[in-house]
Amino acid sequence: MVNPEAKLSPDVFDADKLQMMPTRDGYGAGLIIAGEKNKNVVVLCADLTESTRSEAFSKRYPERFFECGVAEQNMATIAAGLGVSGKIPFISSYATFSPGRNYEQIRTTIAYNDSNVKIAGHHAGISVGPDGATHQATEDIAIMRAIPNMKVIVPCDAIEAKKATVAAAKIWGPVYLRFQREKSPVFTTEKTPFTPGKAEIFWESRKPQVLIVGCGALLHNALLAARELDEKWDISSVVLNVHTIKPLDEEKIVALAKKTGAVVTVEEHQISGGLGGAVAETLSRRAPVPMEFVGMKNTFGESGLPPQLLEKYGMGVKDIIWATKKTIRKK
Amino acid sequence: MNLFAIFARIRYIRATLKMEALHEKKLKHLEEIANRLRQDVIEMVSRAGSGHIAGPLGLADIVAAFYFHVLNHNPKKPQWENRDRLVLSNGHVCPVFYAALARAGYFHVDELKTLRQINSRLQGHPHRGVLPGLETTSGPLGSGISQAIGMALAAKLDGKKHRIYCVTSDGEHQEGNTWEGIMFAGKNKLSNLTVVVDRNNIQIDGFTENIMPLEPFRQKYEAFNWHVLEIDGHNIEHFVDAVAEAKAIHEKPTVIIAHTIPGKGVDFMENDYLWHSKPFKSGEAETALKELRTLRGKIRSEHQ
Repeated sequence: MVNPEAKLSPDVFDADKLQMMPTRDGYGAGLIIAGEKNKNVVVLCADLTESTRSEAFSKRYPERFFECGVAEQNMATIAAGLGVSGKIPFISSYATFSPGRNYEQIRTTIAYNDSNVKIAGHHAGISVGPDGATHQATEDIAIMRAIPNMKVIVPCDAIEAKKATVAAAKIWGPVYLRFQREKSPVFTTEKTPFTPGKAEIFWESRKPQVLIVGCGALLHNALLAARELDEKWDISSVVLNVHTIKPLDEEKIVALAKKTGAVVTVEEHQISGGLGGAVAETLSRRAPVPMEFVGMKNTFGESGLPPQLLEKYGMGVKDIIWATKKTIRKK
Repeated sequence: MNLFAIFARIRYIRATLKMEALHEKKLKHLEEIANRLRQDVIEMVSRAGSGHIAGPLGLADIVAAFYFHVLNHNPKKPQWENRDRLVLSNGHVCPVFYAALARAGYFHVDELKTLRQINSRLQGHPHRGVLPGLETTSGPLGSGISQAIGMALAAKLDGKKHRIYCVTSDGEHQEGNTWEGIMFAGKNKLSNLTVVVDRNNIQIDGFTENIMPLEPFRQKYEAFNWHVLEIDGHNIEHFVDAVAEAKAIHEKPTVIIAHTIPGKGVDFMENDYLWHSKPFKSGEAETALKELRTLRGKIRSEHQ
């Protein structure tokens, strides 16, 4: 059942009533709040002001908004200079370009240089849809997670995205925030707990046999899968929202892995190096249990409608159910 | 002319003479520091067994002028918020910057001996987090100008009057990021930013104009809406004048293209691109030091 402590939307399983909104909208709203609270918050964008939802900030605080043109390397390095000068820059572009194209600048001038920059990677995952694989970032978590000094946050809906953006402004140092283009269910509420670095249980059935760890909008699919597993297959599970992939909430993941004895990870990202990789690294050390991974399996995406793509590439509800059964069988 | 006017005239002439005298003295002092920095570079790189030589020697005059005359800074308070910022973009020339920072009082000169060694704060390429006086971590080329732009934007937002300088190499103008920054600064008329290009014409694989031509260099900057000055990078007086002119330009960022001789001060290194970075053979460092100490035989060294 849904964990009452998570204070999720009462409509979490009501497709007709659930509000749909992309996580990037939460970024836009969060920027305004962060900017109101702290005049040192500045926003940079590389010719994608509207689609990264930086537009509202640019209109509200034009003197604190810097249009860099189509130049992601320049955007990252200007931000590095701002970040060591008392400012809190948020750089906004598509994740394939930032942190894709400007990886080295982020590594050297932001992370190693310990500059207080927040990198907002938009249009992450294959649910970007018709734009095709060139614009579908599925490696960004891996490359950001590998950099020392970098924190990585992947919000699951627009409300959590807003909270993550506001929180990132208060965290000292480099933070990578991952957002998605496509509308997705808004299933958390303002009251849902959110603390960077702290994973939250969203679903827990009695005597759970499996732990489903997820991040991003696919977490809603994980909840749908958990309910179906419970009702149709009599498989009890825990669904854990690991919005912060780095630093990982190891204690909670290890405790739940030990309690359930089997783990499935769910993410819209390559299974190498992403959330699945992070969880496997921890569990192989501290609580080795059978694992299955739902995500991109060493392949690029393609054009298509988001639900079609998620189904074709194995990230639908049925894929999570299948992976769950498979990992339990390996116990 | 009344008595009052005569006294005023005398005061003016005395002040002018005093300033000139002081300037001459200061200039000589700066030239001596540059020579000292060159010796430091040879000693440091020779001891380390690796590192870059030609670039640091070529930049010694400009670096001496920066840390001992141009910059408004306080080595005892490296984080003083109103300090001028000097961003080093081509981080590989760091030995001459380390030497200048030490000689200016940011840390003890003895620490120069630790260049490139384990547990040293003097990393092979500079790292801001560990060594006082460094404004950024650098080494990978082409990202310094943009970082200086970020600092210039921050200063403007905060209404601060300090200036931002960036020392960059000519070779790193082959990097796209460099031109992205130049385009941005020109558009945003960042007059508190002055870039100094070490135009020494060499890079690792050879001469810039053979590897990937940069000329017409001046016109490229002009086309991006920058104020362009060209100087002899070994003439400290001209460099200081150029910096002063840059301060007076209010509508544009300024670039000072400093024509330098790589390996300057050591006869067998000058203009030889192979000295960009190569280990010393036995006796070479000693020969170089002897030449610097005696100013090419013009003075007798105390060691002779």
